[in-house]
Amino acid sequence: MSCSRRDFLKDSIGAAFVSALPLSAFTFLTTDEAKAAVAEATVRWGYLVDTTKCTGCGMCVKACKNENEIPYDAPVTRTWVERYVVTKDGKSHADSPLGGRDGFTTDKIRDEEINPDDITKAYFVPKLCNQCDNPACVQVCPVGATYQTHDGVVLVDREWCIGCGYCIMACPYGVRFFHPDHKVADKCNFCYHRITKGMMPACVESCAFGARRLANLKDPDDPVTKIIMTERVAVLKDEYGTKPHVFYIGLDANVR
Amino acid sequence: MKRHVLHPLWFAIAVVGLILIARQFLVPDDFGVHGDSFTYNYHRLSNVQEWKDFPVKYRGNESCLECHEDNVKKHRRSPHKRVQCENCHGPSGNHPDDVEYLPLNKERSLCLRCHAELGYPESSARSDLPSIVDRRHKRKRECVSCHNPHDPREEVE
Repeated sequence: MSCSRRDFLKDSIGAAFVSALPLSAFTFLTTDEAKAAVAEATVRWGYLVDTTKCTGCGMCVKACKNENEIPYDAPVTRTWVERYVVTKDGKSHADSPLGGRDGFTTDKIRDEEINPDDITKAYFVPKLCNQCDNPACVQVCPVGATYQTHDGVVLVDREWCIGCGYCIMACPYGVRFFHPDHKVADKCNFCYHRITKGMMPACVESCAFGARRLANLKDPDDPVTKIIMTERVAVLKDEYGTKPHVFYIGLDANVR
Repeated sequence: MKRHVLHPLWFAIAVVGLILIARQFLVPDDFGVHGDSFTYNYHRLSNVQEWKDFPVKYRGNESCLECHEDNVKKHRRSPHKRVQCENCHGPSGNHPDDVEYLPLNKERSLCLRCHAELGYPESSARSDLPSIVDRRHKRKRECVSCHNPHDPREEVE
C-alpha cells in the first residue's frame, strides 16, 4: 500500500476531527442541573387498584371530574368504575352508568333484574389511564402533542393537539376521549399537578376504602411499591405489549 | 426543459421553501426530543410546567381543621373517619376566599352510594358495609334528619 505525504496528513487531520467530535457531547452540568437530572430518574409513577376493597361508591369519579374540570354531565370521564355481576349460568353482567359517577345504588344492571340467589360473585373494578411504558397513543400522535414525561406519566399538550383522534382509537384501554370544551384529546394523568407537589391524585384521596393507591415504583421503600413487588398483582391486556403501570389485586377473568 | 414543466416545479420549490421558513417562526424553541426516545419524548417542554400549574381543588381534611375544628375532630373519632370531608361537602378550592359557603349535599343518594343494599355475596366489598333497601327504609326522609353524618353512631335530636 502506497501513501503519499499529502494523503497521510489529510487523513490524520480528518481522524483528529472525528475523534474530537464526541467530546463535545459531554457537557458539564451545574450542580442544580445534575441534581434535577438525578431527581427525575428516581421517580416512576405507578398505581395499585385493590378490587377486593372497592365498594362502587363512585366518589373517585366525582372527585376526578371536579378536580380536573371535566364537564360533569358530559358522557366522558378520565376514570370510571365498572360493576361485574357473575351468575350461576356463567354469564357476566357488567355496567358503568355515567362511569359510576353517582355510585351504584340499584341492583338493576342495564334495566335487567338479577335474582340475588343466582349471583355467584359481584365486584367493582375502577379503571384509569395505565401510563404505559410503551404507550400506543403516543406512537400514533402525528404532531407530538402527547408524550411521556421523565416520571412515566403520559400527558397531552392542549396547545399543540389538533384533535385528530388517532390516540383515542389507539388506546387499547379506551381511556382517552375528546374533551368537549377544549376540543382536544384528554386522559387521566394521575393528577400530575398534585403528585408533583407531593399530594395524592384526587381519586386516591377521595377513596375511603384504600382501593386506589399511588406508587413510586423506583422507590423500593414505598409501601405501595412493596405490595406490587411482593404480592400477586395483574395488569389489564398484557398481551398488547404496552407495559401498563396500573396494577390490580383480585382481577377476575371476566374483566375486559 | 420545457416551460410547462419548469414553472410548476419552481412554484412547488417556492411553496416548500415558504413552509420551511414559516416553520422556523411557528415551532416553539422548546419543541424537541426531551428524553431518550424520539417516539415517546418528542414534545413541547414547557407543557410539563403548564400541567404542573393546573389548579388544585381538593385540599384534604387537614385544610378544614383550622376553622372547623369541632366537626373535624368529631369526624376523626367516628367510623366515618376514612371518608374525606370534601367527598360530601364538595371540593374546597379557594374556600373561604372565593366561595364563602360550600354547597351542602343532604340528599339520600349521597349516602346510598355506600349504604344501598345490593344483595351481593360476601366476596363483594359492598356487603361489609351497613346498608338499607332504599324503597323500604324511611323513603321520604333525608338520612341526616336522623343520622349524624360526622359520627353516624350519634342520632340527631
